[in-house]
Amino acid sequence: RDKPSAVCGVSAEARGCRGYRAGGGKVSVEVLDHLEHLALVDFRDAEGVERLQKAIQFADQLHEVNTNGVEPMDSVLEDRCLYLREDDVTEGNCTKELLENAREKVEEYFVAPPGNIPLPKLEERETFLQGSQ
Amino acid sequence: SQSSSLCKTTPSTAKSPRKIVFVGLEIHAQISSNSKLFSGSQVQFAAPPNSLVSFFDASLPGTLPVLNRRCVEAAVMTGLALNCSINKKSLFDRKHYFYADLPAGYQITQQRVPIAVNGSLSYSLCIDNKMSQMVTKTVRIKQIQLEQDSGKSLHDDTRSQTLVDLNRAGVGLMEVVMEPDMCCGEEAAAAVRELQLILQTLGSSQAVMAEGQLRVDANVSVHHPGEPYGVRTEVKNINSMRFLAKAIDYEIQRQIEELENGGTILNETRAFDSKLGCTVPMRDKEGQQDYRFMPEPNLPPLILYDAKSLPANMNHQQVINIDWIHERLPDLPSVKRKKLVEQYGILPEHSFTLLNEDGLAEFFESVVKQTQMKPKKVIGWILKDLLSYLKQHSLTVKESPVSSFLLADLLNLLEKKEISSTAAKQVLAELWKGEGKTPLEIVKEQKLELLQDQKELEQICQAVIDGHENEVMAIKAGNPKVLNKLIGLVQKKTQGRSNPVLVKQLLEKKLSG
Repeated sequence: RDKPSAVCGVSAEARGCRGYRAGGGKVSVEVLDHLEHLALVDFRDAEGVERLQKAIQFADQLHEVNTNGVEPMDSVLEDRCLYLREDDVTEGNCTKELLENAREKVEEYFVAPPGNIPLPKLEERETFLQGSQ
Repeated sequence: SQSSSLCKTTPSTAKSPRKIVFVGLEIHAQISSNSKLFSGSQVQFAAPPNSLVSFFDASLPGTLPVLNRRCVEAAVMTGLALNCSINKKSLFDRKHYFYADLPAGYQITQQRVPIAVNGSLSYSLCIDNKMSQMVTKTVRIKQIQLEQDSGKSLHDDTRSQTLVDLNRAGVGLMEVVMEPDMCCGEEAAAAVRELQLILQTLGSSQAVMAEGQLRVDANVSVHHPGEPYGVRTEVKNINSMRFLAKAIDYEIQRQIEELENGGTILNETRAFDSKLGCTVPMRDKEGQQDYRFMPEPNLPPLILYDAKSLPANMNHQQVINIDWIHERLPDLPSVKRKKLVEQYGILPEHSFTLLNEDGLAEFFESVVKQTQMKPKKVIGWILKDLLSYLKQHSLTVKESPVSSFLLADLLNLLEKKEISSTAAKQVLAELWKGEGKTPLEIVKEQKLELLQDQKELEQICQAVIDGHENEVMAIKAGNPKVLNKLIGLVQKKTQGRSNPVLVKQLLEKKLSG
């Protein structure tokens, strides 16, 4: 599978194969499921999904601009000079300060849950998306 | 010289038709620098947890990346050494995924336009495990990109938690992508070994696998000739050169067996279990990752210059000149080997061994400088006597109790025929003890000097001849091998202090008369 393109942060696969813009701007269940996995967002109800679709439609207005033959711009900084720093040690040594923000710590280590806990598959979890078209 | 692939296709057996194997590599080399890629925290192995972490490394809001010049130079050097085209304009991107040791939730990397592309690496293999036959192969380098390293996770399964140390987070990495031109573990290991030597010669990375400065992921796929390419698996967690070939060969075998049994290969990530010697599916890597690549908005494009495009009015410190770096590249291992062979008349496989051990080539050259013995003879002492001793005692060349000065001193005694080569080995064994004695002192102590008195030697030879009529008759009857017995007897009588070549000459002279 090819790597996703960088346009709008949405993968080409999502836009193309998953019927992203099929049927009058409706977002497919596969894409919604994918978004729930990625962002751990729960769309909760039809209104939530509708809000998402309206947001996408709003952003789609950008496509009305003809960009044929125009180099995409990454940021307004793109013709600035990228500053190169000398290879000197100037930071660090602030363990105490950094750990002040940690809810839990063990001997100067941050504590995190044991690895990524994957979201169960669509069929196996409680979500509004179950059984929706 | 190029040879056709040794193992591109597996052999055909009655049970299964031949299969084509593809092995590609993604190698992450930690850049050797004082500070990190985008921050001023120190780069150091084994420091107290979270002591080498800046606010940026911890991804605190309001912090920004600032590119380290040294890291760019390291990547350019490496690209040039691997025959790559250096992109004068390259870009930074964000690669998003969630993991506790990646506090920002994304890694800054170069996905769209990396710093170097389209290179090649030549490496050598011994055929049939014999050092005497070496073949050269080439692997294409797809690209080299600059990217951040992540922190370290220590999994504590008993307490169901992960401890995170961000000391490594943000350290500069060069990812070297090798195309699937290799076809077995041995080729992959040889390619990685050569890359390691190149990186160490350049100084762009110390590339010590044991300290995580060189990490290798292998992409393995297998298919029948004429059929579409097979599904690829990624093998991670290979952390030593020893396991690299093993892990890859296991995975190749696993895929072949799976296909022969009518199974399918899943496009998955597998980890190498060094204890069991097999690859297992990795937990935590379920489903396809969607990295949501996007341009890094806080970094403008990285512009590099060469002699032609050098800007007139820019601060030197802000300009990286590819040609200037090219002119200052040191001799790469392949060039060093060639020079050693040409200068000293040693065999190509000798040059490989010399460069394979840190400091050994320098030791050899140092001995050659200090002795009259020909380099072709010295190399034997270096590769057989010195190296095997060091290996037996797990010592590096630097830790050798016998210095190049002492060895040269010993070889001079041998060359001047003051001792026999057997005696020389005895002296060497004594020198290993590192008691500070010179070779000459040991020779005197153990009375190993060769008898210089020709008359005395002649008398002893005559005595041996007189005492062994049967052997003399055998020799005169046309059995020359028996002469060796007589030589041995003279050696015994002289307590090893006679030159066997001279003894042979004397005996032959006496017997022919």
